Parts: sequence; C-alpha cells; structure tokens
Amino acid sequence: MSQSPLPPVVIGAGPAGIRAAVTLARHGLSPILLDESPRPGGQIYRQPPAGPGQRSASELYGFEAAKATAIHQALAPYADRIDYRPDTLVWNVERGALDLLSNGRTATLAYHSLIFATGATDRVLPMPGWTMPGVFTLGGAQIALKAQGCGIGSTVVFLGTGPLLYLIAYQYAKAGATVAAVLDTSAFGLRIKHLPGLLALPKVLAKGLYYTAWLKAYGVPVYTGITPVRAEGNERVASVIWQDSAGRQQHTACDGLGIGYGLRPETQLADMAGCAFSFNPLDRAWLPDRDSAGRSSLAGVYLAGDGAGITGADAAEVGGERAALALLQDQGATIDPSRVAVLEKRMAAFVRFRTALLQAFPLPAARWAETVSDDLVLCRCEEITAGDLRATVRKDQPRDLNRLKALSRIGMGRCQGRMCGAAAAELLAHQHGCAVNDIARIRPQTPIKPIPIGVTPENTP
Amino acid sequence: MSLLIRYAEQSRPSVRFFLDGQAVSALAGDTLLTAVLTVRERLRTTEFTGSPRAGFCMMGACQDCWVQVRRGDGPVQRLRACSTLLEADMSLSTTSAPPPVIAEEPKP
Repeated sequence: MSQSPLPPVVIGAGPAGIRAAVTLARHGLSPILLDESPRPGGQIYRQPPAGPGQRSASELYGFEAAKATAIHQALAPYADRIDYRPDTLVWNVERGALDLLSNGRTATLAYHSLIFATGATDRVLPMPGWTMPGVFTLGGAQIALKAQGCGIGSTVVFLGTGPLLYLIAYQYAKAGATVAAVLDTSAFGLRIKHLPGLLALPKVLAKGLYYTAWLKAYGVPVYTGITPVRAEGNERVASVIWQDSAGRQQHTACDGLGIGYGLRPETQLADMAGCAFSFNPLDRAWLPDRDSAGRSSLAGVYLAGDGAGITGADAAEVGGERAALALLQDQGATIDPSRVAVLEKRMAAFVRFRTALLQAFPLPAARWAETVSDDLVLCRCEEITAGDLRATVRKDQPRDLNRLKALSRIGMGRCQGRMCGAAAAELLAHQHGCAVNDIARIRPQTPIKPIPIGVTPENTP
Repeated sequence: MSLLIRYAEQSRPSVRFFLDGQAVSALAGDTLLTAVLTVRERLRTTEFTGSPRAGFCMMGACQDCWVQVRRGDGPVQRLRACSTLLEADMSLSTTSAPPPVIAEEPKP
C-alpha cells in the first residue's frame, strides 16, 4: 500500500480513540495517540491514579466492567507500534500541524491524517445558585466517585435530564450516599412515546430500566416533568427549590447537587482544522459534518465518538474502528468489507437509539430562555449575567454569537463557552425571536484550553 | 467542614500538605481538588465578586478550579486542581493571597 510518510495521529484515548489506534496498528500502521489524561479510558472509563487500595473494575464500572477493562488493556499488545502519549494537550491545529503541551513543554507535530476522538462534557443550563460550592455537573459528580472515591455530598440531588441522571443516582446510592431526589425536566410520557426507537438497543434500554427500578425499590424519590427554580445555601448548597409537574413549588434539602442536560461534544479542534459543520436540531448544536464512516469534509481528517455527536461509549468503539478503516481504505489498504458491514449495521442501531434518546430527554431550552432572570450568572469565568447579555442585545443588536461575545465577553473566559455557550445561544436566539441556528456558533480560539505562562518551547536548552 | 465525602479507597496512604499556611492531610492519589475539598468547603474565590468556588466539571473543561500552588520555596504556579495530583508538602492557597513558603522544620 502507498503509506503516507507521517504516522496517523489520533486525538483522545477514550473508547473511540483507543479502538481507532488499535485498528490502525493491527493493519500495520504506527499511529500516534495523544491524550490529555494520565491514563487511558477517557471520561467514561476513567481510571483512578495507580496505587494501593484501588477498587476492582466491577466496583468502579459496574455492568460496564468488562468493556472498561478491555479498553484499558487494548493498547498493551501494540505498545511497540502505538506511540501513546498521555498527559498531552493538543491546544491548536494549524496548517497541517498540531501544537502540543506536555509536562510544561510545547511541541509541534505535523500530520497528514488525523482522527478526532475528542469526547464530550456535560451540557449545562445555568440556574440560580449554580456557582455555589457543592454544585457540580452530573459527569463531574460521577468522576469524583469513579476517579477519586469521593461523593459530592452525603445527601445529594441530581437535576437535569438524560439517562446519566439515573445511572449516577444509582451509583451514589450504591456507594452509600443518600439520594434525596432525582429531578428530571423531561416528562415521563416522552419516554413511552419514543420507546420504539429506544428498542433499537434492547440491552441498553434494559440497563436503564434496571437503574430506574432499583431506585424505586430502594425508595429514591424520582420526579419527572419538573422545572428547576434555584439552589439555595450560605456559601455552599443547602437545598434545591423546584416545581413539580403540577406546578407546585417543592424544597429538597441536600449538601450536594449534580446538574446536567445530556452531553455536548468537544468540537473545537475539528473547527480549527477547518472541518465543515452543520446545525443538528436534535442535539441543538453545531456538529462537524461526517459520512457514515467518519470522514470529515477534509481529506485525511476523520471523526469518531461523542466528540462528533453524542452517541455513547459503545458507539464510540464502533465509530473509532470504522473511522480507522476509512483512513486505511483512503490510503489504499485492503480492508475487510464484511467487518465494515457489521460496524455500519451496529452504528445504524446506535443512531436509531440516539435519535429516540434525544427526543425522550430534550434540552428544556425554550422554557429556560423565557424564564431566566436578569441576575442569573451565565458565565462562571467572568460572572456575566443574563441581564448583562440582554442589555447588550438591546443596545447593540448583535445578530451573531461571536459579535455578542465581543461585546459582552460571554464565551470569552477561560472555558471558552464550554459551560455558558449553550445558554448564551438560547438566550440570544430568544431575544431575537429566531431559531438557535440563525445566530452562528462561537468560534474556538487558540489555545483551546488555558496553558501556563512560561512553558518551554521544544528544542530550548 | 468538607465539601466532598470519601466513600471508597480510604486506605490510601496519608499525604501532608499546607492549606493557607496550615498543615493538613489528604490521601495519595488525590487531585488538588479532592485534597482541598475533603478539608475545606471552597477552592478559591472569584476575581470579580469574591464569591466562593469549588470547581464544577471535574474533567478539565470548565476551568473553574485553578488554584495557586507553591512547591518548597519555588515560584507560585497556577494549576488546574481537578487534573493535578497532590504532592507531599505542596503549599496551596484558597484565597487571592499567594500560598506561603513553608519554613523547614527544625531538625530534632
């Protein structure tokens, strides 16, 4: 085969990136696998730091223990062929090269082919009190337990929507926390309505039903169709005020609150590389364009896993392998067409499931934008309020999120809009009375995450 | 008072560090975030309103957990608490003041 002189680069060592790297290695290539974390697995299969007293895989990952272990061990047989570089942040993509930061040193890595497997973080809608100590994202609450053996409190509430709510409530209750309430903004009826689509993956649905039934059996209160009102406390969260589906105000005492409304993909690097994006109404987000094999709009650039659209960990493994096969095929390698057919069939089921899931647990965006009060802090980094944003819109009439960012600094802080971007977009669209896809998307800036001042460039004595 | 509660892996070895000049302890394998929040209720205060913060996403995305850290008599560094592992005798600050240099204990 006509092999490109530069090794393929895979960004992200979660389930998608690991399957991609292993597939490339199995076909004789020597990929470079870059990951920001110290150990492989991504966020979903995140490993605690190595050392004495570590829990077993089944304690850490429950039903997913076998999958997690397989992912953690997948790189070892190819250690001589995969150049795995943990603790390495990719902070820029420009003109066919990546800028890296590792152990306080920057370096540049040229590439000809690239697979983005950059993963996702929680999608958040701000609520009053959400910046108080004791309020974390749902994913953060899970990471604390998984990677550090710590819970976000002893009496906890999980609020938002999506399957993660129920999984985390189950994990916390099993760990010994009191789960005071699971508060889901989605109406229960939506789950029934979209049941046919959820049946595309009966085993995944069965696990979801198991967690829900377990919570009920152990007396964990679960409420659906709720509306969040605020978190209260004196310098740390002490209670959550919410409205039940009948419109009655409720009060639940807690010392930890996890919030999240599904996940949002980390697309900054694909955006910087120049991949074309389209608005996906189901995700209410801009996602990089890709074909069913994971090819982006750019030659030699591929996308896999939740970083290209939220489909979950199992789909990430399939997508990672499929994208690697596409890369191999495009470089002239012979690949097994029957394997491709198996992967594409499985991916089609994941896509049917994902479509139903996003409809069953929608982002309550319209209701949020209508009711958000002026004093609510939207931007955690620079403490910009909804009122600041509305005043900017009234005064300067920005039509585009980037203009709004320039004028109000929303999305310009250290997180670059990862936490406030969805909210800012919904509020701006609401102020203009237009669709959320009519106001463009926040352009990523280099470096995509803050890097310490005083880092040493490569080749410096 | 602590913000985080330990539910597992409590047998990891103890590690001493300094929080606003005071000697406290956490466990080997703790991130700075875990180490601080199992002893205190906050990590830092915001630059604009001085309100308390204790991190948010725990996975290096929200950038809400940067803290000031000093090793020995070295310079003050700003580090992301959720993705930096604790080292013995680090000096950390939860306020806007830089973490103090910890004087060597007199040899017995």
